[in-house]
Amino acid sequence: MMTSMSIPHGQHDDHSHDHAHHDTSGTTLFGFWLYLMTDCVLFASVFATYAVVFMNTAGGPSGHDIFELDYVLVETFALLFSSITYGFAMISAHQQKQSATLLWLVVTFALGAVFIGMEVNEFHHLIEEGFGPQRSAFLSGFFTLVGMHGLHVTAGLIWMAVMMLEVLNKGLGQRTVTRIGCLSLFWHFLDVVWICVFTVVYLMGAAV
Amino acid sequence: MSHSNHQDSHAHTGYGSYVIGFVLSVILTVIPFWLVMEGVLDKSATLWIAVIFAVVQIVVHLKYFLHLTMTNDEGKANTLTFLFTALIIVLVVGLSVWIIYASNAMMMH
Repeated sequence: MMTSMSIPHGQHDDHSHDHAHHDTSGTTLFGFWLYLMTDCVLFASVFATYAVVFMNTAGGPSGHDIFELDYVLVETFALLFSSITYGFAMISAHQQKQSATLLWLVVTFALGAVFIGMEVNEFHHLIEEGFGPQRSAFLSGFFTLVGMHGLHVTAGLIWMAVMMLEVLNKGLGQRTVTRIGCLSLFWHFLDVVWICVFTVVYLMGAAV
Repeated sequence: MSHSNHQDSHAHTGYGSYVIGFVLSVILTVIPFWLVMEGVLDKSATLWIAVIFAVVQIVVHLKYFLHLTMTNDEGKANTLTFLFTALIIVLVVGLSVWIIYASNAMMMH
């Protein structure tokens, strides 16, 4: 860890290290991108499973019976808004604006929390009505796919909380900005996965 | 700022890119939801439009939020690994669905 990292805006007096860090951050971001591509394949397997089992409702409810599209639309907008606010946090971080970065990260965190809160609430209602993952193959696939996306978002929220503390305590050094960049890829990637989820699961399930 | 590096294009993308991506995403989200909720068209037309809008919205996100590009070497590496992954996804999902539904149809007859 460079000593400059402990000083807010430490890069001002630390230009000699910039080049070395520059090379590392490019590699780090590319490496993280490769991880996301493997995560894509994981999601693809679960999507394939869902596509195979979603008609097997075993006498239980189908998607058309249980999905509330207006509710899902609000969830979608919470996540979409969080994507643009994260983008603003990323721009602020590149411009070395510490308080603006923190503010946008807080807004993004709040929107992500709204999304997760709504999803947990939806799952809770379904399970209470007896439509838990054990009810049918369709519901097993539904909870696995949507739940896995939800777990990713939850992990992103924990990571974001850690990044807020890091920005608060250490400022916007090169390493911190690189980490915010990795989380930015992760967060936007989860929004892309959600496009597939709401189209394949909710829209296709609710269409009559 | 002299510090600004060119590890990625984020520093030079600015607010405009995110706002354009956001506006396009809103349009591409609201239309398929509206079509399904109101049942304006018949089922297969609605589903095809939903899928096409989803694909377009994914491209919008890749371009305006994830800043995938072919204009520099790092952008190319990101884009090509994504395209390879997309091929794997099409194979995994497409062939799974094809095999399972075909075998299901054969066993029903």
